[in-house]
Amino acid sequence: MNKIKLAGIIFIFAFLAASSGCSILQLAADKNILAVGSQLPSIKLATPQDQSLRNYLGLEDKESFSLNEIKCKILIIEIFSMYCPHCQNKAPVINEFYELLESDERVAKQIKFIGIGAGNSAFEVEVFKKKYQIPFPLFADSDLAIHKELGGVRTPYFIGICNQGERKNRIFFSQLAGFSGAQKFLDNILELADCR
Amino acid sequence: MKRKLTIILALLIGFLFTDSAQIFALSDSFHNSIYNPGLLKPLDSLLKVKVGESAPEFTLPSVSGKKINLNDFRGKKIVVLSFVPAAWTPVCSDQWPGYNIVEELFKEHDAVLLGITVDNIPTLFSWTQQMGNLWFPVLSDFWPHGEVADSFGLLRSDGVAERALVIIDKEGIIRYLGVGDINVRPPLEVLIGELQKINRK
Repeated sequence: MNKIKLAGIIFIFAFLAASSGCSILQLAADKNILAVGSQLPSIKLATPQDQSLRNYLGLEDKESFSLNEIKCKILIIEIFSMYCPHCQNKAPVINEFYELLESDERVAKQIKFIGIGAGNSAFEVEVFKKKYQIPFPLFADSDLAIHKELGGVRTPYFIGICNQGERKNRIFFSQLAGFSGAQKFLDNILELADCR
Repeated sequence: MKRKLTIILALLIGFLFTDSAQIFALSDSFHNSIYNPGLLKPLDSLLKVKVGESAPEFTLPSVSGKKINLNDFRGKKIVVLSFVPAAWTPVCSDQWPGYNIVEELFKEHDAVLLGITVDNIPTLFSWTQQMGNLWFPVLSDFWPHGEVADSFGLLRSDGVAERALVIIDKEGIIRYLGVGDINVRPPLEVLIGELQKINRK
């Protein structure tokens, strides 16, 4: 009986591994970890060395920080890759979105924007930042650890979360690519953000 | 028996998680058009060249229609060969688009980049169209199949190339051979670091 159970378990796992191709990565994606209304998994990032970026995020100078330490009501996260043509093409309009946020003092206080480079080393993130003169903070995720936590999404992917209050960590915006314009994107964010 | 079951289960779960380290064509540019061959044997060929030796000579057709001869660069430019296994596969589809935004870094090091796969020209044309306008030539080592990859010892037993970076100096001497796990994209800093070393000497 035990042998039959064992064979059954092995069969189920072998089937899962074969059918998923990339294993748990796809399984997680199927569950839609980033569905609107879900809680964003806990993410830790290395604190930027650049003081102006630390000031933007309202962070102290320490080794790492969790997203909730960023001083803002709403946090927008772009999952990008230096190797992704869409991310490259959309970089200028995404910069425009950041400038739009910063141009309105009230919005700038409430909304912060960061990028996480899926599978990108710190060097590669820096190359991307320099190439497109990206003014907002970018972080490396060289071993794809964060990317896996987020369900292995394709890039560029945009996530909006409430970063404070009773809805802290709640995802209110979750979208693959489709960044048609900075103002339209911001209007959409402001309309959907139901953070209290 | 229960203990055995627990150990086997733990091993299977571990396998499922470690497997996911592969970068699977992350960019949405390719939508669902990338074929997933799963995890491949990391290396499947034996090098036929060494650092310090002359690079095997070759002439290959490029997607633009021009024939590229390695000798064309002799005395003029450092040549970086980027062999990737095949078009429309994971990792490869996320490698050259990255090189496409660092033309300046190659120029700074007086180097040119040549991308090579064993695919035919029409396949390479369709595939590279998804990457935008590539600044570097993409060469087809399709016929005789994989002859150039094989001359370096980079042709795998299933007929595709290894994921490899080869740096050849202006005298035609191989200065770097980076043949890594086919499932993993080599970090850009390794390539740039090797170019810096050559330029420092």
